[in-house]
Amino acid sequence: MTGSDDATPVGPAQNSSSSSGPRRERALEDSGILSDSAPPAIDVKSLSKRYGENEAVKGVSFKVARGEVFAFLGPNGAGKTTTIRMLCTLTRPTSGSATVDGFDVFRQPTAVRRRIGLVFQEPTLDQQLTAEENLQFHAVLYRVPRHQVEERIDRVLRLVDLGERRKDLVSTFSGGMARRLEIARGMLHTPAVLFLDEPTIGLDPQTRALMWEDVLRLRSEEGVTIFLTTHYMDEAEYADRIAIIDNGSIVALDSPDELKKMVGSDTVELSTADDKLAGSNLEQAGYKVSVGEQSVVAFVENGEEQVTAIISTAGVPIRSVKVHRPDLDDVFLHFTGREIREGHAERSFPMHFRSFRR
Amino acid sequence: MATANISVGATRLTDERNRLGYELRTIQMVWHREIIRFVRTRTRILSSFVQPILFLFVLGYGMTTLVGTTGGFDFKKFVFPGIVSMTVVTTAIFSAISIVWDREFGFLREMLVAPVSRSALVLGKALGGSTIATVQGTIMLVLAPLIGVHLTVLLVVEVILLEALMAFGLTTFGVFVASRIQKMEGFQVVMQLVLFPMIFLSGALFPLDGLPSWLAFITRINPLTYAVDPLRHVVFAVQNMPPAAAARFATGVTIFGYLLPLWGEILIVVAFALVFLALAIRGFGKPD
Ligand SMILES: Nc1ncnc2c1ncn2[C@@H]1O[C@H](COP(=O)(O)OP(=O)(O)OP(=O)(O)O)[C@@H](O)[C@H]1O
Ligand SMILES: [Mg+2]
Repeated sequence: MTGSDDATPVGPAQNSSSSSGPRRERALEDSGILSDSAPPAIDVKSLSKRYGENEAVKGVSFKVARGEVFAFLGPNGAGKTTTIRMLCTLTRPTSGSATVDGFDVFRQPTAVRRRIGLVFQEPTLDQQLTAEENLQFHAVLYRVPRHQVEERIDRVLRLVDLGERRKDLVSTFSGGMARRLEIARGMLHTPAVLFLDEPTIGLDPQTRALMWEDVLRLRSEEGVTIFLTTHYMDEAEYADRIAIIDNGSIVALDSPDELKKMVGSDTVELSTADDKLAGSNLEQAGYKVSVGEQSVVAFVENGEEQVTAIISTAGVPIRSVKVHRPDLDDVFLHFTGREIREGHAERSFPMHFRSFRR
Repeated sequence: MATANISVGATRLTDERNRLGYELRTIQMVWHREIIRFVRTRTRILSSFVQPILFLFVLGYGMTTLVGTTGGFDFKKFVFPGIVSMTVVTTAIFSAISIVWDREFGFLREMLVAPVSRSALVLGKALGGSTIATVQGTIMLVLAPLIGVHLTVLLVVEVILLEALMAFGLTTFGVFVASRIQKMEGFQVVMQLVLFPMIFLSGALFPLDGLPSWLAFITRINPLTYAVDPLRHVVFAVQNMPPAAAARFATGVTIFGYLLPLWGEILIVVAFALVFLALAIRGFGKPD
């Protein structure tokens, strides 16, 4: 990487008014840059990647707004890492195009690299250095101005709550601490977009929750756009929008709530002394119901709020109530016809083994 | 328009100037990391002395009884500069192994995605390895009085400079090999196959004149020969050797009966270093 491509952004037209003639201005207008205030953080147009016979990513298109937390959710081998690698200029797309912070990943790789932070799926810390030394090294690689280095290191370490361990060798860190240090490192040079490839892999639920706090704090305090991948359904709910990717294609893309709505409404399941009577009472009151052998189920927009109303409308003694809100597991099942965990065990080992060796 | 163009040019210029500063900072940082890691692995420091010291005493004393002493000058003294070279060469080449480690532990990726030039990374690595090798070689000099080799301040300076050159050439060679190799074992194997023949066939351990012609030929195409000889030359220059000893343990490399000057040998080593530096930069971190 030589950086020769850095001087000419296709995206953010910082000097456009002072250094350009009318022709250039028109060109910029055509490309929608002057008309719209800022380009999206990520703009992907029919991006594909083929490895021999295997098409890992099959023409995906999406946009990520600035400051958004955007999640790629999909099973092993879905093409999540491949997409990240293309967006981070580490792998050449077979076809299609993409810009990150307004810079073309194909034509301006150095400019893109300066503006992104990347946390790989596999660990990439130097175990023999201290946390601080790892960060100092990174600061030089990403040209953080000398006088800001200390301040930034302080800040990112505080963000992930590792200030105390600053002078400790990374080899003495637990897996979760190391992972959080990697996230801190990804943020050190104030990137416009932070890519996190399975940031919570191998962490216990408590640490996962802490990590999410970190990520959301980064977004609110540093205004960074976050693009992350995960296998975990419950995690994807923290995101503003989710793309469900399966076999290299995006099968659904929306906010968690909208995705759930597409899958179906909440259900309130009652088991009563007289299910038939309860069912007909509810039906008369205008509820959509289905009466089963053991229970009566009402389909409503907002199950938790409606529970009391439903119980009183049913007008019979209640034995038990169950409110079910479709979660992302249902969503994944709905859009792909498979459980997300399917095939996990036999595919994950060779995958990780291969990528580790690379 | 005209002013606009000038301002664009000016921005470029400062950008370029900063860029050099940043590249230097990157080189310095990569170098610094190599040093930190070396200092933290004390076993590596110690173990890299074991082999040369063994050679010095076993081979040195063994051969001295066999070869005998010529005018107060024995084989131990002859072989001493060769052993110092051997220390430098081994440390230099094996310092490149850190690249293979970095690959295994993932840190190589951290470096390769960064918006820095590969040249800066390779130069930093090579300078780090060279520094370590030079230091190790220089530490070997404490054995000089034990062997009866006379040291002067000027000699130590000359030795350090020659060691540094030798170390740089071999580290770039090591980096070149390491950047092409995915696995630890692979690096070990290649190095055993290349390193030891190179050392044994370099004149580090025996005089180069009067060899059978096939062996003479091999030593002459071995670049290490031209790195070891100058070192021996400067050491011998201050030893007050009687003419008989100087004739017996001659320095200098002859090619087709022509004695290569010292600067000629140095030039060969410089050329070797530059070629492998270029190859190492080209081969370093090719995208997968
Ligand atoms: N370097 C490569 N060479 C050949 N095939 C590859 C390479 N990298 C990825 N693939 C293939 O591309 C497909 C997508 O892989 P990718 O790593 O993007 O999946 P993923 O969604 O990140 O999976 P995981 O959840 O396991 O990390 C897989 O079928 C994989 O075998
Ligand atoms: Mg992956």
